[in-house]
Order: sequence, then C-alpha cells, then structure tokens
Amino acid sequence: MEQKLKAILQTHNKTGGTIITLLQQVQAAFGYIPENAVAWLSMQLDIPESRFFGVATFYSQFHLKPTGKNKVTVCCGAACHIKGGDRIVNEVREALGLEEGEDTTRDLKFTLQSATCIGACSIAPVVVFNNDVYGNTNTEQVVKLLKGFEQEGEYTGFEYD
Amino acid sequence: MTDQQDVIIKVCLGTSGKASGGIEVMSIFQKLIQLNGIDAQIGKRCSYKKVGCRGFCSKDVLVDVITGNDRVTYQSVKPSMVERIVKDHILGGSPVEEWVTGEEYDAYHAKQHKIVLGPCGEIDPESIDDYLAMNGYKSARKAITQMKREEVIEKVIKSGLRGRGGSGFLTGEKWQLCNLQPETVRYIICNVGEVNRPLAEGNPHAIIEGLLIGGYAIGSGKGYIYIRERYHLSVERLRNAINQAREKGYIGKNIFGTDFSFEIEFSFGTEAFICGEETALMESIEGKRAMPRFRPPFPVQKGLWGKPTVINNAETFSNIPLIIGKGSKWFSSIGTEESKGTKVFTLSGKVKNVGLVEIPMGMSFRDIVFGIGGGLEGDKELKAVQVGGPSGGLIPASMIDIGLDYENLSKAGSIVGSGGMVVFDEDDCIVDVTKFFVEFLQRESCGKCPPCRIGTKRMLELLTKIADGRAEMPDLEILERLSGLMKTSSLCGLGRTASNPFITGLNHFRDEYLAHIKDRKCPAGVCKALISYSIQEDLCKGCTLCKKKCPVGAISGEVKKAHHIDPSACVKCGICFNTCKFKAIRKK
Repeated sequence: MEQKLKAILQTHNKTGGTIITLLQQVQAAFGYIPENAVAWLSMQLDIPESRFFGVATFYSQFHLKPTGKNKVTVCCGAACHIKGGDRIVNEVREALGLEEGEDTTRDLKFTLQSATCIGACSIAPVVVFNNDVYGNTNTEQVVKLLKGFEQEGEYTGFEYD
Repeated sequence: MTDQQDVIIKVCLGTSGKASGGIEVMSIFQKLIQLNGIDAQIGKRCSYKKVGCRGFCSKDVLVDVITGNDRVTYQSVKPSMVERIVKDHILGGSPVEEWVTGEEYDAYHAKQHKIVLGPCGEIDPESIDDYLAMNGYKSARKAITQMKREEVIEKVIKSGLRGRGGSGFLTGEKWQLCNLQPETVRYIICNVGEVNRPLAEGNPHAIIEGLLIGGYAIGSGKGYIYIRERYHLSVERLRNAINQAREKGYIGKNIFGTDFSFEIEFSFGTEAFICGEETALMESIEGKRAMPRFRPPFPVQKGLWGKPTVINNAETFSNIPLIIGKGSKWFSSIGTEESKGTKVFTLSGKVKNVGLVEIPMGMSFRDIVFGIGGGLEGDKELKAVQVGGPSGGLIPASMIDIGLDYENLSKAGSIVGSGGMVVFDEDDCIVDVTKFFVEFLQRESCGKCPPCRIGTKRMLELLTKIADGRAEMPDLEILERLSGLMKTSSLCGLGRTASNPFITGLNHFRDEYLAHIKDRKCPAGVCKALISYSIQEDLCKGCTLCKKKCPVGAISGEVKKAHHIDPSACVKCGICFNTCKFKAIRKK
C-alpha cells in the first residue's frame, strides 16, 4: 500500500493538488479510502486526519469501505423517479441480495449506488453499469444485465490483495 | 472539406446515442462499406462523422445519410438495419422510407430556435477543423486582437445575456464588476452541469472559445472547467478540444500574437448538488467541503483562492462567441424585453418527444409541451410542468399559456434554473413529487445553516406524514410557515428555493393536499399507504399470472376462477396491476 501512496504523494507534490484530488487518487488506486491510507498521508503532509475525513464524508463519491468490482449506478433524478427509478433500485437490491443499509455485496462483486441526475433525462430511467450508460431501462432488463455480468465474470474493477 | 458528391454518414454519438448502440451502428456502416468496396462501386467517397446529440433522443440512434445536397435522417436505427440502408440507399439510391424520420421529427425541430445547439449533431465534436469551418475562434480572434477588454464587456452587457446557470444575473455586468477590482490576479470558471453535457459533447470548442473571450474580458490568465469526473464523454471531448486549441496557439502564451496569455485547467468535482452554488463550487475547487460562503464579499471581489472570480456555466459561455461574432443587436432580437436569447432544456417526463430542446425565451409552455413535445404520452391529461430542477416550482396546466422567461417564472414562484423540465400527467401525485424533491434537497443540504439543515428535514417529515395519511390540518400550517422561514433566512439558494415545489404545489393543488389529509386518499393513486389493490371478480379470467408474479404471495385463487388479494399480506408494489391483461385489478 505504501508504494502506491508514495506514487500518489509524488504526483500530488508535483501538480499541487488539493485534498479532494488526493482522495480521488487514493480511491482510484484502492477502490475506496482505507483508513490507514489517510493516516499515512496525514503524517506525511502534516494535515490532520479530520480534514481528510471531513471531505471524504461530505461527498457521496467517496467510500470508506471496500466497494464492489462492478458499480451499478441507478439514476434517481426527477425524470427517472417518475418513470420508475425507485423500482429499479429495489429490484437491483433484491437481485443482489443486499440487506437494509448495505450497498455492496459480501463477495465484493457489486456495489449499488444511486446518482442524483446523470444528465440523460431524455432516456429515463437510466442505469449505469460501470461506465456504460443504459437508457429506457426496466426492471427485467436490468436484472438480466446483472446476471450477464455475473456469468461472464466481466469484472473491470479492483482486485483486492 | 468534402466534395459535394461525397456520401456523408453522420451517426449520433452523444450519451443517449451511445447508450442506444450508436458505436455499433457506426462500426457496421464502416465495415459494410469497406467490405463491399462501396466507394469504388458508386464512384464516390464515403465518409463518416460522429456527431453530438441533436436532441431527439427518444428516437436514437439517429443517422443522417447525405448524398450531394440530399439529406435523409433515419430514426431508431439498430445495427441490424444498417445493411439495408447501405444496400437500398447508398448503393441503390432510394432511401428506406419506412425508417426515415417523420413529421414528429420535423415538428420537434421546427419550433425550436437553435443557436447554441445548432452545430451539435452537425459537426464532429472531436475535430477543430469542423469548428473552424463554421467560423470558429474568429470571435476570439476579433475580441482579443481588435477590441479593448471594456468593449467586449460592453458588447456582452448590450446583448442582455443573463446567466444560464440559475440566478439569471446579467453576464456582462458580472464581468464588469470583476474587471473593476484592484486585484490583478483573477480567475474565470466554467461550470459544466448535467444539462450542459450535450453542449460539451456536441460542440466543446464553443465553450472553450467563450471561456477564452471571458478570460480576456476580465483580465484573467487562468480558467477552470469544473466538471464531474463521471461525465467521461464530456471530459474526454473537452480535453481533446483544449489540446487542439493549444496546438493552434489559441490557448497558451501570447495568443494571436498579443500579450494576452491564458491557460485552462480541469477541476474534477464530485457528486454534490450544492456545487451549483458559486461559493460552494469554489470551496470544492479549493479541496474543501462544499459549503457556501457568506456574502459579501461576493465572488467577483473575493472568490477562488481569495481572488476576484467570475463563474458562468457552459451554456452562458457557448453564447459568447455568437454575441461577439454576430453582434449584440442580433442576440437581443431573440427573446423578450427582459430575457434575451434562447434557453436549452432537457424536456423529460411524460411527454411523447423527450430530448434536448432550445427555445427562444418567452415561448409558452403550451408550445413547448404540445408543439415540441408532441403532447403527453398516451394522450393523458397534463397536470403540471416543473422547471428549474428540484428547487423549481410547479407550473399547473391552467398556466401553460405563460411564456417561459426569467420574469414570468419568478412571478409563478419558480426559477429558470440550469435547464431541467419535467412534465407530469394525471397519474403523478403532487404530494409524492414534492416529497421526492424535498427528500433530495434534504440529502444535499450542506448542513451549514440551520434554516436549511433543519428546515428541509422537518419539511420531509411533515410531507411523509401527509403521504402516509397520518397528517392533520395543523401540519399543513406548520409546513407553510416553515417554508416562508426557509425562504427568508437560509444562507444560500438551496435553502431559499427548497420550498418552491411545496409552495407552488399547495397554491395550485390544495385539493390534493386536502384529500391526503382529510379524506386519507391519494387521488392519483401513487401514495402507497393510501391505496389498496383488489381484484374485480367479473373481469378476472383466472389466468394466474398475477398470482405467479406477486412477490409476497398475497394472491390466491384457482385456474379459471376469480382470484383474491389478501390485503394484510399485500405490499402494494403494483406488479399485479401492471401485469394483468384484463384490467381486472382495481387500484383505489
């Protein structure tokens, strides 16, 4: 872990980023913000850990727990809401077997997120699998897609060591 | 430049086009044409263009086939349809009529006034040559080499352009205020929000050029593009545009041989609604929690890193090259007395034609919903139109003849906002949608000031009570008083406008609130706690489909005999209602 962090710190010092850009890089490297990564950076930069966690907990983009290898993002903007976005969220939760309060499956294969608006209202309801946008979706289609991901083992995310 | 005789195939590859399989359509075109040596067979060269969103997303993938002066647009193109288009049209010379766009497509575009969106869907957004061919960067050259900074600002003031991001402040005046500051290090920021994505994806150079001109006008050497990291396609195309512009010397040192230098940097924002607020956005660029600052000092006085800063959104910047190029008179001839120019909206919800539209300011809601939108899906009754995002007000069907501009919307208790427009029909419940918006705003409230932090929370509790049929009349009064307090005492726009949907909803749909509170009924049949499902025995054919689909096993019955729903087990998911082919399920 330290090696990855050193590389991040190096680019940070070179380009003069902010806490947000640092955290974005940490998340890009590990898939989430590990607590000891923050402790390490805090020591190196002489910035209190609280500042890091303050930022990390403010933005929904940052995860403090490991996230799944695949990210399923369901848009819950206004246009998607009235076209049944919440039903899709429920269906995905059920299909993935997520319990109340969980957003990542225990086997770390999937993480379910909801987005506020991804700006594709004209093809609502919208679901984003990893980086691919799927428009005019319905519950059946989404579950089928999920199954496809599971079978093909098409994991594009992170390998945890 | 292409020869007149060439065949040009334009495939829409905006976010929606891509989601509908645009990339595959494009590659099949390329493959088929190469494979069959079509170029040689018809003695013309076939070229391809990937173009940005042209708005009519409900019929994606849209493909233009242009031969000479003839242009034919195909709608809903699937990969399997490509072969016939190539065979019949490109080889045989006769378009495949049944797939060609119809009246809808023409009507959709006829009523629009596309100045900003015009090039989107026409030019290749990844080619600076395409942009230069439509007089791109001429305005920047003119402004930087021939005009004084004050003249540029004067021109923008005269045009009457107002910020397209929400508040509607005069863009030129904002620039002037910044220009008057004694501090010489200044910043200019372009905010690319979700509704600006099609602009960034369809014509990114216009945004860059606008930002460049703005930077020159306020005497700034550095511009920021603030965009969410997850808008991959927008980021990619903007980055490509910046690199191309830098190669040509439009960005960098001594632009156009003058002593003006300008750099553009990305700042990757994260998912936070509050970042639409100028000072919160600056906090976010500085790497902090995005909490709005107190004003004064205003951003034009002390903004990013404590320096004078101008923030405009991508749509505002896209208008700038046009104003400099075509003149402020031309621009101010579009729109109304107080609101000039056009506005881009994403028309969505229950209309037939959903998509991206650009209308002249002052166009009536009727023209937008029924003219451009083609009326409501399934010809249902229009209930309301909501503009301005979650904190916009509801415009009831009775008011659809008012024109859409800053003044009318503010009178109606709404805002122009950055460009969301959602159409609701008779099946939507006002209490439910209001609750939905407040839920969102409550989650997104940054928590700095109590009126918004606590106010949105209490509002949500009370609205939930109403939707659950647990509310009494005094609850409604508390909600009204609370809304007023939040409007006057919140620190920023989020809290001040959070009650807009509730206030306007209550003004125009008081009956619906009363039905929820007094009669414990949801007239639209949406609020779960207030509806129940039952099976009409005379209509039920006993097909057992609902029984199979019911997730909780609440439906019992034998084949070919009327079924029955056990109300104590029913979770009111509505699956049976949607599944039944005989309309035997009753929702009350």
